[in-house]
Amino acid sequence: MTGNGGSNGGAGGARTVEVNVDYVSRVEGHGNIVVVAENDLPTEVRFEVTEPPRFFEAMLRGRPYDQAPLITSRICGICSNGHVLASITAMEATLGITPTRQTKLLRRLLMHGETIQSHVLHAYFLVAPDFFDVGSVVPLAGTHPEVVKRALRLKKLGNDLCEVVGGRAVHQVAAVVGGFTHLPTPEALTAVRTRLVEAGGDLQETVTLFASLDMPAFSRPTEYLSLTYGEAGGDEAGGGEAYAFFGDHILSSEGGTIPVSDYRDKVRERVVAHSSAKHCAPGDGTATDTFMVGALARLNNGFDRLSDGAKAAAADLGFQPTCTNTFMNTVAQLIETVHCVEDSVMIIDRLLDEGLKAEPPEVEIRAGRGAGAVEVPRGTLYHEYAVDDAGLIVEANLIIPTGQNLANLEQDMWALAPQVLPQGKEKAQKAMEMLVRAYDPCISCSTHVIYLDGEGNESAGDDAGHSHRADHQGTGASGPEEVTA
Amino acid sequence: MTEPIRSPERPRVALFELASCAGCQLQILNCEDELVDLLQLVEFVYFKEAMTETSDHYDLALIEGSVTRESDEEKLRHIREKAALVVTLGSCAYPVGVPGLKNAHDPDEVGSLVYGEDAGFFPTIEAKPVDAVIPVDLHILGCPIHKDDFMRVLTALLIGKHPPVPTHAVCVECRLKENVCAFDRGLVCLGPITRAGCGALCPSYGSRCFGCRGLCDDPNVASMEVLLEEKGKTAEEIMAEYGLYNGYYARRDGGLKAKVAR
Repeated sequence: MTGNGGSNGGAGGARTVEVNVDYVSRVEGHGNIVVVAENDLPTEVRFEVTEPPRFFEAMLRGRPYDQAPLITSRICGICSNGHVLASITAMEATLGITPTRQTKLLRRLLMHGETIQSHVLHAYFLVAPDFFDVGSVVPLAGTHPEVVKRALRLKKLGNDLCEVVGGRAVHQVAAVVGGFTHLPTPEALTAVRTRLVEAGGDLQETVTLFASLDMPAFSRPTEYLSLTYGEAGGDEAGGGEAYAFFGDHILSSEGGTIPVSDYRDKVRERVVAHSSAKHCAPGDGTATDTFMVGALARLNNGFDRLSDGAKAAAADLGFQPTCTNTFMNTVAQLIETVHCVEDSVMIIDRLLDEGLKAEPPEVEIRAGRGAGAVEVPRGTLYHEYAVDDAGLIVEANLIIPTGQNLANLEQDMWALAPQVLPQGKEKAQKAMEMLVRAYDPCISCSTHVIYLDGEGNESAGDDAGHSHRADHQGTGASGPEEVTA
Repeated sequence: MTEPIRSPERPRVALFELASCAGCQLQILNCEDELVDLLQLVEFVYFKEAMTETSDHYDLALIEGSVTRESDEEKLRHIREKAALVVTLGSCAYPVGVPGLKNAHDPDEVGSLVYGEDAGFFPTIEAKPVDAVIPVDLHILGCPIHKDDFMRVLTALLIGKHPPVPTHAVCVECRLKENVCAFDRGLVCLGPITRAGCGALCPSYGSRCFGCRGLCDDPNVASMEVLLEEKGKTAEEIMAEYGLYNGYYARRDGGLKAKVAR
């Protein structure tokens, strides 16, 4: 049990319950759940991030441009390739470099490998134990060895795909600003292609298993954001209609797109006292007006672009867009896993068909500023840099998916609390933990955190979040203290 | 210095995380082919990212990450008291890795740059390696650790052997792979002075060595000087690279600078 604290009190009148989880397990990093309720209605809800702050934006200053992918990938081991690719994309925008078609295809393959390993790790190792009522995957290795071995096979496949393209699964070494310093051999691509095709059975059994699990019932409509291309054909590597792991525009479920370079208009950060990870809000910055990124958002925004097998998996899993049940994010991840495997086969076929050719990265250093984004397993990851004419980084801004989701998570917690509190403290606590896990939060990632401007005096979230007051179920309850307002 | 694990049956293993990317603990989970067998040989009793159960009784403590808060130091002293063996994972824990980059900046400036006026909520201290706070029995090196290295060390400890630690430089492994020297590709490379064991992965993939494993034993400084002169590189260029992963020891004892830039 991770739970502590909590009291049933309130002589005669209001019954006060506290649901506290200190250090939620089976998520990446250190976060605490705090829910205080009176008569089953929440009066206080927080997801506290107590991970040590890591100051990446400050650490990047003065480092050479080509170390940005290397340094920022060390924000997170799980999505290290995602950071590499976001960093490269932003740095190429800064320096005016256009990647080749081969480079784009290899990058997509690298991203798919990471998405597969991350989604499988999350669904099987972090989420599934909740449904088997065990504390970790370890007892499952004894009771359900086939399930655990299947999970390990799929995870290894994702990792090996990363290794074929990038040299190793965590902190790859081949993708750099301007292209690749090392290309996979046709033999290695062919071998991993065979395994991708053979993974079909494991994927089908995965779908069958998760289709048999009852995801908690929950619905809270919110805004979903994901990447897309501004024009059809924008993604020459994918034919323009590729499912959006890459893109140059931000697509909102509420309609419309804006260029990634204007991301600050859409995604605003603010500091809250209980979190070393900053929160994010859409442009108008009210606390209740939050948004979600990640697999659920991508599926809600781009379902039609999934591979055929992924659509079939969605049907088996009972997923239909638009889905407003946050718990279904895990299901969305599995659907994406199928897509990534199928799309990887297609990419390898193209690469082998066209023949890999050496394209030594060419970079001309100049002063500039640029932003880029990619869809990493947990959602849209933004990097922005400014470099001087010697190629040294003078400013950096990194906006991490988990940070973008934190405010939305807290709003979900407000909405879920009255639903689960009547079931008693223990069940409420488990439900809250499962909600947190559904987001697949990567807390280490989110505590990097924002750079301001050169003078350090303008928070990108300054005019966001004047109000963090949430008004739920008529309780008029106050949300977490807002400290920047 | 390294003693065999005392627990005869199934040693209890705890994994702790300080400031890091969690990539090294992920590397443990990435031992897909060995993981099921590994769980027969050791009992993980604390591994927050993977399990709900916790325990304060363990034989072997694995520590990932750099010390960046005063509370981390207390935590480490507690762990040292509890564990028979303390083994660090990765560059953040030793030699300090990427978190040490912030040591190059004024701490107040670092805080305010990231959190603005609210920096006071998130106190930070100079990033330190674990062995700057408590004695460490063994470092598993790399950014991230190599999963084979992890299995090798664990196997050696389980059978009561001292795990082999390479004393030579990455340069040796790189030459054995017959790579074109990074200096000959116009790059600055820390391979001549960095401890081996990685198989020279980065230079083999067209990159260069960034020194993530720390200095090798007795780095050949005389040869490095000749190399720098030959290739038209300066000690300052080496030091800038060295600071990427070695931003704690590079600022102390004269370290490499005294050796390379004498």
